[in-house]
Amino acid sequence: MSDPTAAIPADARPRLPRGVRLTHNEAQGGWVLLAPERVFKADQIAVEIVKRCTGEVTFGAIIDDLANTYEAPREKILADVTTLLRTLADKRLLEL
Amino acid sequence: MSATTNNRGYSHVASSGSTALHKPLGLLAELTHRCPLGCPYCSNPLALDPRDDELDTATWARVFKEAAALGVLQVHLSGGEPGARRDLVDITAAANAAGLYTNLITSAVGVTDKTIAALAAVGLDHVQISIQDSEAASADHIAGYDGAFARKRALAAEVVRLELPLTVNAVMHRANIERIGEMVDLALALGATRVEIAHVQYYGWALKNRASLMPTQAQVARAAVEVEELRRRHHGRIVIDAVVPDYYARYPKPCVGGWGRRSLNVTPAGKVLPCHAAESITGLEFWNVREHSLADTWANSPAFNAFRGTDWMQEPCASCARREADFGGCRCQAFALTGDARAADPVCQLSPDHALVKELAAVQTDAPYIYRRQAAVLRTPSARSKEECPTPDS
Repeated sequence: MSDPTAAIPADARPRLPRGVRLTHNEAQGGWVLLAPERVFKADQIAVEIVKRCTGEVTFGAIIDDLANTYEAPREKILADVTTLLRTLADKRLLEL
Repeated sequence: MSATTNNRGYSHVASSGSTALHKPLGLLAELTHRCPLGCPYCSNPLALDPRDDELDTATWARVFKEAAALGVLQVHLSGGEPGARRDLVDITAAANAAGLYTNLITSAVGVTDKTIAALAAVGLDHVQISIQDSEAASADHIAGYDGAFARKRALAAEVVRLELPLTVNAVMHRANIERIGEMVDLALALGATRVEIAHVQYYGWALKNRASLMPTQAQVARAAVEVEELRRRHHGRIVIDAVVPDYYARYPKPCVGGWGRRSLNVTPAGKVLPCHAAESITGLEFWNVREHSLADTWANSPAFNAFRGTDWMQEPCASCARREADFGGCRCQAFALTGDARAADPVCQLSPDHALVKELAAVQTDAPYIYRRQAAVLRTPSARSKEECPTPDS
């Protein structure tokens, strides 16, 4: 198991690979991440993070944006987002 | 079609365990039962739907719209070999237009490079290619088709070149269970991001060939250790999903995530089933998409309500603490082995019939496979030529 807290470079541009899609579905009651033969329900925080993983914005800019938007300490945001993105990358649901 | 789809799970999604009507997440669309391969563990029924009974493009398009409205998120375009349908690109485009995540489950034989490029262009999300063994001669022998292995490698390369995500489906049994590591290496070399190490599940043709496919208990134990080791070694590079051989299990699998709860299956001729093997249970009444909407069928068809929830259960299931974790196991397996579809799945150690499973698992032979074949039908020469699958480009 790789370390889910290992730092992600600030200039990384995380993105969803082809075959992974974040989508909203009324019938299933919210946001879901669709992946090869897997479905993950996404909570509101995960949605706000994953939405920003477009492959165009840098990891550093995503952290800044989330810290500003939610008026939360940057260090706390950095730790939480790192863990989520590392976990998704381990499952091949995200490219860093 | 692979032998694992009955066990395709959505375990990552929170489940409430209630007996309320759930929304299905997945639709297995069996576009055709025609297939050039003859895999002896095919999970298709022994009585295969003939081509003349297959649903047309427009009906599939309607089914996809109804499925999306019902809550279905993913459609698995399967068969038989879906590449045998001349309208596969139109069917896939219709599924994509309905908003569904589209997954092509193919043998690779009959899907040309031109077809896969066209499928990618209309929004295909994911491709699963079955590979019968890591050794070409053995793979072609298991598939009953010379050259299948080479074609699979070529299509896999094309899928990766088109930047479509690739899963390798490796069905394991006594002839190839010693080569799980080689299968994972092959999947990595092909550029797959996911591999299914799926032990044969004994339904359909696999049930017919059970004694020729059954591994030994020692082989299964070694395989389980090996899969754990491979997961550690390849963590973050490839996702390894494993389907355990349930004849050697202590508890049953939560088959299809619970009857009429997570998924549904439409046969080539339009019957709507709770799982692809459900027709093997005699006495169930299935509805057809030609006569009923999918929503009506999901909520009201007798077959879907037969084993939904827990009210149908007998002991030891009815009072079991695991009844909403594994739903009594597989109804088709209970019926096939005990003759009673309401019985506990006999692979469960709590089942009064559990000893029977041990006896059956001990029956192992090296008898030749009975290959999966469409029943011989007397046809005119012109009709027969239409039956043939397109040949690969390369």
